[in-house]
Amino acid sequence: MKTVYARPKLLKEAHFHYCPGCGHGIINRLLMEVIEEMGLQGEAVCVAPAGCGMLLYNYFEIDVIESAHGRGSAVATGIKRVRPDTLVFSYQGDGDLAAIGTAEGFHAANRGENITVIFVNNGVYGMTGGQMAPTTLLDQVTTTTPAGRDSVLAGHPVRICEVFSMLDGTSYLERVAVNKPAAVIKTKKAITKAFRRQLDGCGFSLVEILAPCPTNWKMGPHEACVWIDEVMSKQFPLGVVKEVPCT
Amino acid sequence: MKRLMSGNAALAEAAILSGCTAYFGYPITPQNELTEYMAKRMADAGGVFIQSESEIAAINMVLGAAATGARAMTSSSGPGISLKQEGISYLAADELPAVIVNMVRGGPGMGNISASQSDYLQATQGGGHGDYRTIVLAPGSVQELTEVVPLAFDLADKYRSPVIILGDGMLGQMMEPVDFDNLRRPPDYEKDYVLTGAKGRPARMIRSLIFDTKLQEEHNWKLFRKFQQMEQNEVRYETYLTDDAEMIVIAYGIGARIVRGAIKRLRQENLKVGLLRPITLWPFPAKALKEMAKTVNDFFVFEMSAGQMVQDVRLALEGKGHIHFYGRPGGVIPMPVELSRIISRHYYQEHFGGKRKKR
Amino acid sequence: MHVETIFSGFGGQGVLSMGSTLATAAMLEGKHVTYLPAYGVEVRGGTANCTVVVADEEMASPVASEPDFVVAMNQPSFARFQSILQAGGLLCVNSSLVNTESARTDIEVLAIPTSELAEKLGTLRVANMIMLGALIKASNMISYDMMLKNLSEILGQGKSQLIKLNRDALSLGYGYI
Repeated sequence: MKTVYARPKLLKEAHFHYCPGCGHGIINRLLMEVIEEMGLQGEAVCVAPAGCGMLLYNYFEIDVIESAHGRGSAVATGIKRVRPDTLVFSYQGDGDLAAIGTAEGFHAANRGENITVIFVNNGVYGMTGGQMAPTTLLDQVTTTTPAGRDSVLAGHPVRICEVFSMLDGTSYLERVAVNKPAAVIKTKKAITKAFRRQLDGCGFSLVEILAPCPTNWKMGPHEACVWIDEVMSKQFPLGVVKEVPCT
Repeated sequence: MKRLMSGNAALAEAAILSGCTAYFGYPITPQNELTEYMAKRMADAGGVFIQSESEIAAINMVLGAAATGARAMTSSSGPGISLKQEGISYLAADELPAVIVNMVRGGPGMGNISASQSDYLQATQGGGHGDYRTIVLAPGSVQELTEVVPLAFDLADKYRSPVIILGDGMLGQMMEPVDFDNLRRPPDYEKDYVLTGAKGRPARMIRSLIFDTKLQEEHNWKLFRKFQQMEQNEVRYETYLTDDAEMIVIAYGIGARIVRGAIKRLRQENLKVGLLRPITLWPFPAKALKEMAKTVNDFFVFEMSAGQMVQDVRLALEGKGHIHFYGRPGGVIPMPVELSRIISRHYYQEHFGGKRKKR
Repeated sequence: MHVETIFSGFGGQGVLSMGSTLATAAMLEGKHVTYLPAYGVEVRGGTANCTVVVADEEMASPVASEPDFVVAMNQPSFARFQSILQAGGLLCVNSSLVNTESARTDIEVLAIPTSELAEKLGTLRVANMIMLGALIKASNMISYDMMLKNLSEILGQGKSQLIKLNRDALSLGYGYI
């Protein structure tokens, strides 16, 4: 019998700790699938965040280093500068990159570091119990915006891809999602492209992935996926935000 | 009227009742409930709440709020408190009042989310740069949290200096009956240093950069005299069954609570063990401890860390007595029965070794 | 009296609210009580347990070395906590999800099919309250009647529509044994 689909060998035989319906599981799997297909196990180094994605090293059969909350882009910079032949990517959530890690992310992007940032945007702080994230939508209820996010008190949702696109150092920025099969396929393509570009020395790339968090959105998994299509992607439009030809 | 509340929530409520009008914080386990409670309660109380983008931002927001006269507070744990050290140094140097809450978790690094006491040195010896001290208050129960909070705001205003409340993950998460009936809002202090716009008065400045070394020295001695006053006037501690004790255990916070349970067991077997529980970790109750050394020479230090307060015990005793240390770092929370066995083993060793002073 | 109980299960089974309900009821009765939750980093799917200590005097520690009662709502919790139960203690097991025998010979085991019972009330969500009712009957650590009297205060604001459902669940469990 022919095998048409299998667990990537680079995904350890461990049970994910993620909640039912979480986007991290899909993204974890895609990353290992891509690295396996591109034969990059010997080159890949991942920088893990603080947040729900922090236990990556239990799932990824590649070199992984933990970073302090938000500092992933700086840690990735340190690794890539010293060992330019590695494939370095940081895996960062919306708190990690868009809140506490803005300086490190901004400046890695501005310096055009030849790294890839995998930016998981689920509009909320998952691990700590559902507080507001910089990408939380206006009027969205979270544990620190119990009356809904009010822009006067808590600002507006941040579009990282668009903000980073204004920096001359960035070369490839795309926003995708993992809320349905067609979107997952596009996400895999974006990750592959970003890694390919890094190996070709094209400069800073970032793939922003809209991911469901049913637990903290207080929705069922299916409802959460629909919400990404109907509401979230209106604020965070999918597609290529910037792509500079690689010289 | 008693309510069942977690330490985190009780702390926040006590802060509001103490007149806290500005809270800035960033989520980190195990103190998220504090931030979340403030998100709702501050809005009701008409104060300022911001979930900041990081702990660094939060401590600097506190600095700004304090500079304009607000009773301001921030809270965090482990890695977040490390981030705040620069800000705390600035608060001390600028002579601004503030309350910083640390619900200690396992460390170092990312550590874990369990309770520990591994930030003692950071809090008492100063994790920030420069010559300064912060008063450190260590409550041992949810009810005591509600007493320590108004005290913290009062001392901060009285001395124009940052005050640290050192709780722990267990205290923050556990729920106990608590009532606020005896909570007295600290009085308002004259604040002639705050920035409000120089209408009808000379302009004021708040800064700590002093190029002239003689003037900077002067400023440091001025701060030093303040810290001396704190050492003279603000020491707080509690004793339990020390009057006839032949061995004194020194522990604080949740550690002291576990020790009490152990001592209850030991006393049933007629072991003469007592507890000295510092409530101010800085200023440390050195005098009281030294006084005890006149009649007791067996000291047992218990900490949920690899050994931090034991340094202050050694300093305080100045070579008198024997000091035995038992520690469990990493977020391990020992049971009273475990501790009672360890203490009693040590007690008998000292007894049969003939080293213990009899009373 | 000094009674230590551990409630355990997976996040989402209402394990923590079993504990806080018991704690609140004990407090309203004038007892000393501590409630200590423990959970894995993730919100759902991970393990959840809490320790409730009810006593006549102030207790030294909210942690239970050797609890008098263990409530195990799922298999992994059963496996994990049955060994620390005091000799002579009572293990309350959710037999809808736990199907193995305890290896111990020195404890009592009470099996409550909470899912099946909950179906009678039309929702699985009250399985935890059914178990709590059974525990209160078996332990007598608080007054069942006082608990029912104080139920609306125990459940808190905004839950008034659920009072009848919870009362029915508690009495279903209380009456089962």
